[in-house]
Amino acid sequence: MSLALVPAAALGAFFQAPMKQSLVHLSGVDIAVIAIYFGMVIYIGFYLKGAANTSEEFFMAGREMTAWIAGLSFVSANLGSLELMGWAGSAYQYGILATHWYWIGAIPAMLFLGIIMMPFYYISKVNSVPGYLALRYGESTRGLSAVCFAFMTVLMSGINMYAMAVVMKVVLGWNLSFSIWVSSITVAIYVALGGLRSAIFNEVLQFLLIWLGALLIPILGLIEAGGWTNLKAQIAARMGSNDYTHLWSTTAHFRDNPMGIHWTGLVFGLGLVISFGYWTTDFLVVQRVLSAHNLRAARMAPIIGAGFKMMVPFIVILPGLLALSVLPMHLVPANVAAVTGQPSYNEVLPLMLVRYCGPGLLGLGVTALIAGFMSGMAGNVSAFATVWTYDIYGAFLNKKASDSHYVSMGRWCTFIGVLISVGTAYLVQHAASIMDYVQALFSFFIAPLFGTVILGMLWKRATKSGGFWGLLAGTVTAIGLWLWVHFNPAALRYVALSPDAKVMAEDMYRALWSWLVCVIVTVVVSLATQPRPEAELAGLVYGATRLPEEHDDHWYQKPIVWASMIAVIFVVLNVIFW
Amino acid sequence: MRGHIQIWFFSGILLLTYGVLIFATGLWELGHPPAQEAVLWQLHAPIWWGGMMTAAGLFYTVRFRPL
Repeated sequence: MSLALVPAAALGAFFQAPMKQSLVHLSGVDIAVIAIYFGMVIYIGFYLKGAANTSEEFFMAGREMTAWIAGLSFVSANLGSLELMGWAGSAYQYGILATHWYWIGAIPAMLFLGIIMMPFYYISKVNSVPGYLALRYGESTRGLSAVCFAFMTVLMSGINMYAMAVVMKVVLGWNLSFSIWVSSITVAIYVALGGLRSAIFNEVLQFLLIWLGALLIPILGLIEAGGWTNLKAQIAARMGSNDYTHLWSTTAHFRDNPMGIHWTGLVFGLGLVISFGYWTTDFLVVQRVLSAHNLRAARMAPIIGAGFKMMVPFIVILPGLLALSVLPMHLVPANVAAVTGQPSYNEVLPLMLVRYCGPGLLGLGVTALIAGFMSGMAGNVSAFATVWTYDIYGAFLNKKASDSHYVSMGRWCTFIGVLISVGTAYLVQHAASIMDYVQALFSFFIAPLFGTVILGMLWKRATKSGGFWGLLAGTVTAIGLWLWVHFNPAALRYVALSPDAKVMAEDMYRALWSWLVCVIVTVVVSLATQPRPEAELAGLVYGATRLPEEHDDHWYQKPIVWASMIAVIFVVLNVIFW
Repeated sequence: MRGHIQIWFFSGILLLTYGVLIFATGLWELGHPPAQEAVLWQLHAPIWWGGMMTAAGLFYTVRFRPL
């Protein structure tokens, strides 16, 4: 999950991290490994500059990406280090329940995107999700969606940047401004030069580095713990409970699991609404798939991404669980750590890295963290430049400019987006609570947007007015519920349906209610307004669109076959760790 | 982008460079054990991890070299 889906409570903990002595001391080899990485990403930006001359090349990577490249980029743009470290910390705190954000919180939605939704995005030849909304619901819905997305994306990028600087300060003792400026200038250079193609190329490299840098931790950790069975026994003995190693069996009641969550919230809130909202409508990730060179590649990309996403808990959740068993010290919440000086949950991954990795491997692990941050930042900035140029500037401010003018605007937007992000990073430094609000604001929009897009794709009767008012009503509902709980924490029992619910449950139920309101309002308003002629809906809506036939040489090349295989593995894994 | 360098070639070069660096560090550590050894140091992870990266890097560099 991206920063957008890391719960505010977990994210906020980063900003309370104590500024104590650094955890890691780098050797010359480690510094060489990091320097080589920076040199390589900047070289790729310069190398690809010549292939980013038209708007199609700059914003859509020329629509030339293979399924593998688009798929790896799709999952990498989402795999930020903040998320890696945050969820490793959550695994230490809540146990294996944190895996839900990688499995039920991602896999069904990614498969749905590939099989059901991608044909409509792809054959309508839109450049963005707001672009699809413009064709389906008109310019007002596009404007609402584009402005919210552009604004939130660039703010999130700044928060991501500041979080990276804090982590580098805690882990390596680096100066905050040094980390912010070095990483932001690097990202600005390679995205502004090579556009989306450069961002995608680097995301593939970053994905590789994240795995290479992090994979040794679970391998060596399992050797030290004596295997999975021994690990479970050690955790049960140390924590005095078996709840930390079960995915579903403890979710029958809010009280029965460390997260204070109920299976209905996980299935309907996380699995149905939040996850589908993020993975199928957030342009940050959808943009990567739209760069595919044909419809089959566009459908396969999210399916390939789902396969890799399903493996991520091995390098994120497992280290958190291993830490419960092998670390001699006890980690504490960040607010306690700030007072006592003990290590916090969020330091699990660096602590495990230091435990097993000497010179060279340590540099690789730190490079993996930096790569994760930069992939997330580049994803935000490239998506911002595209939505601003196509859906705000080109749609409302300057409709008849030349193609080269839009490319130039995209390059400038990249720098401006990075500068706004840097400004946000410094703003958050002085008022960390802003981060919570931005985080919440982003989440307000995701769930209703999914309602609007999915009705637009699957229901011919949805009208322009229905789409606009449904989206607005859903967003207002999300904001209202958040304000209600913010000013009256006791209201959580009504929003999450139980007095035993904890903060993690709130996000899921709030998303569910706002999505339902969006759907109901869209349906009611649509039925009360004039439908669009079916001829206008060709290429946009199921039932009004003739999907192009795909000719695969063999049955095993069909996207549905691969999606079914991933789905079966997903079910089996959930049963194994039930 | 026909005729251009593929991402897999860049990946190969990076893997190869890192692999050689880490493998060499692991070999050097055999003769000069660090003052503070990492847990399971006796497994010499830099040698086999660096070796695997070198082999994979070589394969990708050669297989996807620009023609």
